[in-house]
Amino acid sequence: MAENTSLPVYTKKDFESGVDPRWCPGCGDFSIINQVQKALPAAGKKREDIVFISGIGCSSRFPYYMNNYGMHTLHGRAPSFASGLKVSRPELMVWIVTGDGDALAIGGNHFIHAMRRNIDLKMLMFNNRIYGLTKGQTSPTSEIGKKTKSMPHGSPDAPFNPPALALGAGATFVARTIDVEGAHMGAVLKAAAEHKGSGFTEIYQNCPVFNDGAYTAITEKSVKVDALLRMEHGKPLLFGKDNKKGIRFNPQTAELEVVTLGEGGVTEKDVLVHDVKRDDPTIAFMMANLALKPGFPTPIGVFRAVSRPTAEDLTWQMIEAAKTKKGDVDVTKLLAGGDTWQIK
Amino acid sequence: MSKQIQQVETVTIRFVGDSGDGMQLTGTEFTRANALAGTDLATFPDYPAEIRAPAGSLAGVSGYQVNFGSREIHTPGDAPDVLVAMNPAALKTNLADLRQGGILIVNKGAFTEGNLEKAAYKTNPLDDETLKHTYKVVSVDMSMLTDHALQGSGLSSKETARCRNYFALGLMYWLYSRPMEQQLEQIAKKFGKKPQFVEANQKVFKAGYAFGETAEIGLARYEVPASKLAPGAYRTVTGNYAVALGFATMAKITGKQVFLGSYPITPATEILQEMAYFKEHGVVTFQAEDEIAGIGSAIGASFGGALACTTTSGPGLALKAEMMGLAVIAELPLVIVNVQRGGPSTGMPTKTEQSDLLVALFGRHGEAPLPVIAAQSPADCFWAAMEAMRCAVKWMTPVVLLTDGYLGNGSEPFKIPTAAELPKFEVKYQTTVNHDGQYMPYKRDAKLIRPWAVPGTPGLEHRIGGLEKDSMSGMVSYDGMNHERMVLTRAQKIANVVEDVPDVEVYGAASGDVLLVSWGGTFGSVRGAAEQLVQQGKSVGHVHLRWLNPLPKNLLEVMKRFKKVFVPEVNNGQLAFYLRGMFPGIDPLQYNRINGKPIKMAELAAKVLEVL
Repeated sequence: MAENTSLPVYTKKDFESGVDPRWCPGCGDFSIINQVQKALPAAGKKREDIVFISGIGCSSRFPYYMNNYGMHTLHGRAPSFASGLKVSRPELMVWIVTGDGDALAIGGNHFIHAMRRNIDLKMLMFNNRIYGLTKGQTSPTSEIGKKTKSMPHGSPDAPFNPPALALGAGATFVARTIDVEGAHMGAVLKAAAEHKGSGFTEIYQNCPVFNDGAYTAITEKSVKVDALLRMEHGKPLLFGKDNKKGIRFNPQTAELEVVTLGEGGVTEKDVLVHDVKRDDPTIAFMMANLALKPGFPTPIGVFRAVSRPTAEDLTWQMIEAAKTKKGDVDVTKLLAGGDTWQIK
Repeated sequence: MSKQIQQVETVTIRFVGDSGDGMQLTGTEFTRANALAGTDLATFPDYPAEIRAPAGSLAGVSGYQVNFGSREIHTPGDAPDVLVAMNPAALKTNLADLRQGGILIVNKGAFTEGNLEKAAYKTNPLDDETLKHTYKVVSVDMSMLTDHALQGSGLSSKETARCRNYFALGLMYWLYSRPMEQQLEQIAKKFGKKPQFVEANQKVFKAGYAFGETAEIGLARYEVPASKLAPGAYRTVTGNYAVALGFATMAKITGKQVFLGSYPITPATEILQEMAYFKEHGVVTFQAEDEIAGIGSAIGASFGGALACTTTSGPGLALKAEMMGLAVIAELPLVIVNVQRGGPSTGMPTKTEQSDLLVALFGRHGEAPLPVIAAQSPADCFWAAMEAMRCAVKWMTPVVLLTDGYLGNGSEPFKIPTAAELPKFEVKYQTTVNHDGQYMPYKRDAKLIRPWAVPGTPGLEHRIGGLEKDSMSGMVSYDGMNHERMVLTRAQKIANVVEDVPDVEVYGAASGDVLLVSWGGTFGSVRGAAEQLVQQGKSVGHVHLRWLNPLPKNLLEVMKRFKKVFVPEVNNGQLAFYLRGMFPGIDPLQYNRINGKPIKMAELAAKVLEVL
């Protein structure tokens, strides 16, 4: 699996299939595909070595609009196809495009197993907290009390927090970004492309038809400076106007708390430094759950990016070891294994 | 005591005991002895679904039947000539099958009050005079004799008890005049890492043999001479092993990767386990999180150019149904192996049945035809697996290969093919554009087969998936006429596979009174019954179907040559139903067995005589 030395110089256009995307006007998916097509020329892979695999849902039409190899598969099952392809052909770069319903409801089992195995799969999960293609039912990320066509009295079900779920399942790369934050998304996609291992990127995505304004509470210009925390590796977790607020680990309560620089003797040194390479996922998990607490910002960026041997590499190491041990085994030897006898 | 050795043509022996008694091991070891002696043979392991039912209970009885002989052996045998019963529960559940006058060997030592109670015996059956009048009873206290043989060995009483099966095996070696040396070597090999067990098991094995030699047990010794199998090298294989070997051989023949995505399920699990040992031959195995991911991973690998397969049993096939439809519309090669078992639902996981024929043929939503083939014997599973894979790749389609628990667990001699006897098959990927400087993934050849372009091929980037495809570009199409055209084209492509389906050959009468039509794992039973009838001069023919879809071209014409068509199946009449639908005017008689056991030749032959 030597890296390409003769990579063509690509532009965004090389990754457009020429098929016009059929998403609703104003759909967040347009901005996502735009950023993906912009990010791929720098991914270090030939166009024909990149594969997009999707499940079912609005998001999952994605492969048709990309000029790569692609499979639009079955509801929730994209990780299974992607896993088989990547284990079989480790030299390919395999992306999964899925939505919150696809990945976390019908596909929940495949999702957690793809994450725990650490196969090098780059999953982009568009989270609009609603079922779009079936026209507006509650999804596994819909809030408690949310009124939808399928739950007109409000959802009684607690939602998943996708990055926390991915971390719990063992994902080695976990990130979050937002459809309206183009530059931020571009940087996260670059990091996702560079990571080798099970990668999960949640993309907050607006559905203008069935769940419009799902993220305005954190994306509106007037609020986002206090509502969003942009995580950067090696830098303190600061946010708010003039980066005056920060996240501190309180060893007494074993919790994260919001502090303001200059208040109560707090300095930048008290603020937690973001470390995506921390092997223990505990802090990443706390960060992933941060937004659930009132008064806390929503972190975006990479939560975790740790390096582990991938399942496909381990698989092929075992195959190579077996070949080395057994030597060049021809078909005659294969067939004649075990106890044999001759009849004359 | 007679020490004279009598020659016999065939013998059926059944070993039965507690599921912890090592009956499967005893059975396979004795099978090995007969295979090495050159007899033809067939085996049938029969074990409970519980890993360890309570010791001594009726539910915990595990059995292994082997039929070996100097003439051609089709089945593991109808009624055992010898029953080796290690405890009262084993005797109770199996005695009815022993043929009248057969040899009954029991471990007297296990007929304790407690064990008799567990087997719901009010009195000790060994004290019953009718038993002795009906069978040749050899009542041996194997428990005590094993204990004596291992006195001073330092083994615990539990470890000593586990050696008992080697006493039974030794006695059978004596009874059927097999050389002890090969078994002593085998024990040394098997327990090589634990010398105390090598010594103990060898001692007990020799004790069993010596017991036959010296005790006045009133039995003659027998010898079953080598069979007249075709000359060549042989090994014994189970059907599950043979499937794995067939796939690995495809990897060797084609030089391509074979990818198995699978989830463990009885009785198909061994295929995954065996293929995991074939890494050096180009086999990649992926143990998925469930049945759906098993087939999904295989389809993903197939998109990538691997020779992909997935293995399962009935309930797993149901879960794979939606994915099979995707493989049909995506027109990707894939083999789905279904080792059938008793159903519906969890049914009887360790018992055999042929009841997934209709679900294999029709069990998908929408119009989703695919080729279906069935293996006919454990060794034939090797050829059937290769045939299924070759068909899948050639025709760009998923293919269902049906075997069953009886074939998968059963074993028989496998004539090892030479490299020259293996089929030649080349896998070709599309590497160039095929239409006006573009790649059209659904542009077909004269046989309606679409090309297979795999990721990594420059210039042929394309997208496929479950939505209806435009008949050329493969892009999503909701055009009704295109859908109709695609449905008909996919159906015609599968119908075209008939060019690879050989005509059926009729055994016995070429025309006449009754034609037996069978498929899959009942081959041996039905052929055996047909042989008996033909030898009696009856006007009976037999055709056995390997191909269930498409059906052989000459099948209808052959059926019309007989007054009656008779379909024996281990289900409630699925092939009969299918034939009625496919060939209006043909209304087969049925013989159905759904008791978890293979069809008995004698019973079937008697049924055919009734309708003659």
